[in-house]
Amino acid sequence: MRLNNYWLLVAPLLLLVMALYAWPVINILWLSVTEPQAGLQNYEKLFASSSLARILWTTLRVCLLTTFGAVLAGYLVAYMMAHLASGERSWMLTFVLVSFWVSVLVRAFAWLTLLGRNGLLNGALISSGLTDEPITFVRNELGVLIGMIHYMIPYAVLPLLANMQGLDGRVMSASRSLGAGPLVTFRRIYLPLTMPGIFAASILVFVISLGFYVTPAILGGGRVLMAAEYISVQVLVTLQWGTASMLATLMLGGVLALMFTLSRFMKLSEVFGAKA
Amino acid sequence: MPDPASSDGLTLKGLSKRFGSFEAVTDVCLDVRRGEFLTLLGPSGSGKTSLLMMIAGFLDPSDGDIALDGQSIIRLPAEKRNFGMVFQGYALFPHMSVWQNIAYPLEVRKQPRAQIQSRVQEMLDLVQLTEFSDRLPRQLSGGQQQRVALARALSFNPQILLLDEPLGALDKKLRTDVQEQLKDLHRRVGATFIYVTHDQEEALSMSDRVVIMNHGKVVQVGAPNDLYERPETVFAANFLGKSNFLRGSVTAANGQTLSCVVAGADVHHRCNGAAPGVGELVTLALRPEKIDVAPLGDAPLSNGLQGTVSSLTYYGSNFTVTTEVAGFGSVTAEVGAWRNPHRFETGQTVDLSWQEDATVLVSEGTES
Repeated sequence: MRLNNYWLLVAPLLLLVMALYAWPVINILWLSVTEPQAGLQNYEKLFASSSLARILWTTLRVCLLTTFGAVLAGYLVAYMMAHLASGERSWMLTFVLVSFWVSVLVRAFAWLTLLGRNGLLNGALISSGLTDEPITFVRNELGVLIGMIHYMIPYAVLPLLANMQGLDGRVMSASRSLGAGPLVTFRRIYLPLTMPGIFAASILVFVISLGFYVTPAILGGGRVLMAAEYISVQVLVTLQWGTASMLATLMLGGVLALMFTLSRFMKLSEVFGAKA
Repeated sequence: MPDPASSDGLTLKGLSKRFGSFEAVTDVCLDVRRGEFLTLLGPSGSGKTSLLMMIAGFLDPSDGDIALDGQSIIRLPAEKRNFGMVFQGYALFPHMSVWQNIAYPLEVRKQPRAQIQSRVQEMLDLVQLTEFSDRLPRQLSGGQQQRVALARALSFNPQILLLDEPLGALDKKLRTDVQEQLKDLHRRVGATFIYVTHDQEEALSMSDRVVIMNHGKVVQVGAPNDLYERPETVFAANFLGKSNFLRGSVTAANGQTLSCVVAGADVHHRCNGAAPGVGELVTLALRPEKIDVAPLGDAPLSNGLQGTVSSLTYYGSNFTVTTEVAGFGSVTAEVGAWRNPHRFETGQTVDLSWQEDATVLVSEGTES
C-alpha cells in the first residue's frame, strides 16, 4: 500500500485517537510497573493473593458461560431470522436492536423486579404451588449470568445473522438431494459453514463480557466479584492504582493474546465481516 | 396389476403449482421413460424450474401426483427420493474437498469405508478429476466444479438425475465440450436425465425428447427433429429455432395440397394431416434455411414471394438475408456462405422460393 494524500484527511482523527486513547492506555501499562514503586511487585500479587486468583477465575468462568449462553441463544434467534421473509426479518431485527437502546442499568433492575424474592416469577411459582420457598434467581452467579446473557444476545445475533444470510441455500438443498436428512445436513453442512459466525460472535461476546461492571454489581448482590468491579474498587476506594492497572494490563494482554491465537487459524477481518 | 408400460419410469399427473394467485405450473402430464434424456425447454418464467423442483421434492405441488414406477412419491421428502441433482451454480460444499464432496452421499448412506473409497475413485476417473481430489471447490475452474457436481450427484447410482441449467455459468466454447461429455456420461451410466434449460441448441443437441414449456404449460413434447420439423404452434416454431410466419386464407384445397394467398402471391402447402377447408385462415411456419434466395428471375415464381433485401448478416458459415415483402412484412432467409453463386446487396429485389412441403401448418395458440 502506497502512502497517499488521503492520509492527510485521516491524520487529525488519528492524532486525536493517539492523544486521547493510546496515551492513557500506555500510561496504565506504565503505572502497573511503577506504582507504588518500580518493579514487578504488582504482578507478584497474582500468585500471592488468593482473592485475586479467585476474582480472575470468577471473571473467566462467568464470561465463558455468558459467551456460551449468548451465542447459543443468539444462534437460535439468528437462524430463525435468516429463514424468515425479509419483511418479518426486519421486524425481528428491530426488536433485537431495541434492546440495544435500553440502558444496562434499567435492564439489571428490571431483572431484579422480575426474578427477586418477591418478584413476578417467584410470585407466580408460589401461587401456582410449584414451589413453597422463593427460588433465588438473583443476587448470585445465576442472576449475573441471566443478566449478562440477556445483554449480550444482540451482539451474538448480528455476526451470526450476517454469516447465515451469506450462505447459499442451494448448498443445503444439495445435501438433502444427496440423501442427508435435516439433522445430518445441519451437523455436516450448516454448522461448519456458520463456524466463522460462531467464532466472531464468541470473540465479541467474550471480550465485551470481560469488562462488565454494572450487571454483576447489581444482579450479583456483592457475591460475584468480577475483575471490572474489583478494579473500580482499587481505583476509587482503596486507591491501589498499581494493582488496578496490573489487572487492566492483564485483561488487555489476555484479549490481545486471544485475538493473536485466533488470527493464526482464521482471517479476523473475514470473521468480523470485512471483506478485503 | 398396473399397466407396465405406464408404471415404468417417472409419471407426472396433472401437476400444478400456485404461488398465491400466480400459477407457475398448470396441469402438467408427462411420462418420463427410464433411461431417456428429457429436456424441459422454455423461456425464463415458463415454470420449467418449478416443475424440476417439484420432481426433486423441494417444492410441494398444489395439485396432481408424481409417481415412480407406479408408486406415488409425492409424500417423500427430497432426501428419500434418491434422485441425483445438479444445481444451477453447482452448490458444492465449500468446506469439503472434491473427494469429500463426492463421498458425502455415500457416507450419509452409511456405506462401508472400503466401498466408499473405491466408488469415489471410480467417479473421479469418470469425470477425470483424480489429481484434483484434495482441492477445495473454490480452487477449481467452473468446468471442473461442474464435473464435481455431476460426480457427486451420480456417485450413489440414482435412477434419475435432475439437472438445473448446469451449463449456464460456462462460456460458449466450453459449453459445447461439456454437452458432448454429458451425452457420453448419459450413455455410460444409463440413468434417466431430466435437464432444464432455456438454450434451444442444448435441447436439440443432447435430448432424446424435448418438452417445450411456456406460461407454466406444456406446449409440445417430442424428439428434437420432430419438434423442429413439425412444430404445432407459433410459439414452438419460434422458440425452437427461428421461423417466418405466412398468414392467409385458403383459396383452394386439392387433395393434400392447399393454396392460399399471402401478400398477393399464391403459396402452396402440402399438408401432413387433415387439410383445412377453403376460406379458412391459416398460419404457415417457414424455416429461414428452407428458403431459396435468387436474383430476380424472368419466370414467375411457382411458390414464393418477391422481396427487397433490407439487411445482410454474416455468421461465418452462412448469411442471414432479411427482406421486406411489399404488403406483408419482413421475411428472413438463411443462405450458405461457401461457394454461394450469388452476391446480394441491400436494396436489391430478390426471389424467395421454397418447396411445397417446406412449410408447416401451425396454430396461433393465444397463450402457448
